[in-house]
Amino acid sequence: MLNPGQGRGPDSGVAGGSSNSDPFPAGLRVLVVDDDPTCLMILERMLRTCLYRVTKCNRAEIALSLLRKNKNGFDIVISDVHMPDMDGFKLLEHVGLEMDLPVIMMSADDSKAVVLKGVTHGAVDYLIKPVRIEALKNIWQHVVRKKRNEWNVSEHSGSVEETGQREDGDNNSSSANNEGSWRGSRKRKEEEVDEQGGDDKEDTSSLKKPRVVWSVELHQQFVAAVNQLGVDKAVPKKILEMMNVPGLTRENVASHLQKYRIYLRRLGGVSQHQGNMNHSFMTGQDPSFGPLSTLNGFDLQALAAAGQLPAQSLAHLQAAGLARPPSLTKPGMSVDQRSIFSFENPKIRHGQMMNSGGGGNKQMNLLHGVPMGMEPRQFTGGGQMRVQQQQQQLSGGRAVGQNVQSSGMMMPVGGGPSMLQQQQQVMLSSSVPRRSETSSSSRVLPAAATTQSVVFNNFSSELPRNSFPLASAPGISVSYQEEVNSSDAKGGAGFGNPSYDIFNDYPQQHNNNNDWDLQNIGMVFNSHQDTTTASAAFSSSSSTQRQRAEHVQNHHQQQQLPSQSRNHMNGGGSVRVKSERVAETVTCPPATTLFQEQYNQEDLMSALLKQEGLPLVDNEFDFDGYSFDNIPV
Amino acid sequence: MGKCMQGFLDEQFMELEELQDDVNPNFVEEVATLYFKDSARLINSIDQALERGSFDFNRLDNYMHQFKGSSSSIGASKVKTECTMFREYCRVGNAEGCLRTFQQVKKEHATLRKKLEHYFQASQ
Repeated sequence: MLNPGQGRGPDSGVAGGSSNSDPFPAGLRVLVVDDDPTCLMILERMLRTCLYRVTKCNRAEIALSLLRKNKNGFDIVISDVHMPDMDGFKLLEHVGLEMDLPVIMMSADDSKAVVLKGVTHGAVDYLIKPVRIEALKNIWQHVVRKKRNEWNVSEHSGSVEETGQREDGDNNSSSANNEGSWRGSRKRKEEEVDEQGGDDKEDTSSLKKPRVVWSVELHQQFVAAVNQLGVDKAVPKKILEMMNVPGLTRENVASHLQKYRIYLRRLGGVSQHQGNMNHSFMTGQDPSFGPLSTLNGFDLQALAAAGQLPAQSLAHLQAAGLARPPSLTKPGMSVDQRSIFSFENPKIRHGQMMNSGGGGNKQMNLLHGVPMGMEPRQFTGGGQMRVQQQQQQLSGGRAVGQNVQSSGMMMPVGGGPSMLQQQQQVMLSSSVPRRSETSSSSRVLPAAATTQSVVFNNFSSELPRNSFPLASAPGISVSYQEEVNSSDAKGGAGFGNPSYDIFNDYPQQHNNNNDWDLQNIGMVFNSHQDTTTASAAFSSSSSTQRQRAEHVQNHHQQQQLPSQSRNHMNGGGSVRVKSERVAETVTCPPATTLFQEQYNQEDLMSALLKQEGLPLVDNEFDFDGYSFDNIPV
Repeated sequence: MGKCMQGFLDEQFMELEELQDDVNPNFVEEVATLYFKDSARLINSIDQALERGSFDFNRLDNYMHQFKGSSSSIGASKVKTECTMFREYCRVGNAEGCLRTFQQVKKEHATLRKKLEHYFQASQ
């Protein structure tokens, strides 16, 4: 018989807090939920032995209300799967959505299906009953992990996406979590992130504007909130409240929501092809976008698969066929695009699509055209959202007129912070009306090149960060960015092109700087096309583009180029870039500025469509009739 | 745990004993008491469900799932084994198997109760 006195007392080290200086994890506030009183009693005792502060609860509803009343009163929740009043997974969802606390599931049921369900619902761990104290000793790791993740979420931490679920450590013997290669990869990622996060924390946490990484978990929370509010009624503010994620701003949510809406529309209209995209972007004016979007969407998916790396997405884009580099890079293409955008098409003019009129055009275009397609996917990436915003803004600006465009473009919509930036830039470049449209402002302001870059950066930062865990295309967002970036780089020739590598958040002006000015125009075209098709292609074709840009530029208004190209270059705002490009293309033809605006957008779209071989729905984008009459090329 | 308990209780029971200390000197007994009270309720529900003759296997399985969970948490290994068998019969929809097995469940449950009562009395 065991000596009862040999209990696991505080000094037994069970809690793992051997050092007196750091009591953690002692004091960890645990809420344990189980309808089985025997289990509940045992768990409570075990947790207390671990020196945690335990609150036990035998009803899920009570647990939820407890959590709601004390939003910051708990660090972690442990819940049984089978409970009479509420399914444990439902509780898990609620907790994740409303409180964003780590939740551990437990059950006597160890079937793979149930364990998997735990995983997919976002449980940080899954314990098989009977639970042993060893399994509980290390639950604190989930709390730490989650905090780190959250921190990284707002951090500029790089490409590794933080997911709320981290595989459990090695010590959770009864946890069903310690298996599978996926865990391994997650662990690696986690480690990776940890490495990055460590440094970043000190530097940026206080300074940088947080960049939101829409991890799977975060996105799930977001979706849950949206669903609860009703997709149509969900407003960022409410969603933000419901999600209750520290560090998340309303703007983050707003831009994410935009993307999400696009995504949904895309999903809804995928079969129809045209309906959705246009819908989301342009108020459904331009059916031509539809196919593009679908295409993009499709490609984006492929991209999504690629992961977050922009490069990858680009590559995918290409692979997916979005990027038909050959065609795109051809100068002729650009020309074609131009013709497509011959301004006969009122639709284009509408600027729904292409707000090219406004500075945001570029961005808008992206939305409409290929980028659009990408957007839904990218939506996850957040890039789309931006685009959308821009579009909206642009549309507002379009009406303004060429010159006005820049100002108009300023994007009254002000979709998000990035948008604002763009706008600002656009504003600056009022001198270059066209440009402003296309390139989200960065273009417009030649002088503001730097600003632009900054702006871009914002975008790019936004874009890549958003890793929408949407099933369809996590990578899409990334790819989207890529595109944008690429286009930026390409198109941005005009402006002090910050060297846009797709992967760069900060445009570095190395390549394109001066060449771009003249070349921007040409580049714009190319970039558009390229980007749409594949950002990756961009990089490769950039040189070609440059040449072309030069070419084009000569024809076009050179002044505009700089601004535009800049935008491209910046790539920061992926959205922006596109818009810029559009602008550039627009400017190319001596035709009315309006045309130009449209052009940009259309170019992208046409390019996209063309590549895909899809006939543009609208005649305006009718590739078949690439009647680039005006194209000075 | 003496020989009499062998087979009836597994290492989980020992885990519980390790949780007992000077601050919680009667922890194991408290848990056992709670277990028998709760499991009696479950046994009752299952009895009634079986007597009805409707054999709602889902419902029966649900009850037994809970019962099994409790039993395993205190280390009642034999009871747990019978529970597993019962659930298996539920799964295949074998009413007679359920009835038979349930008798075994009750028997093991009663045996364990007696043994633990002695055990706690002996340790007082």
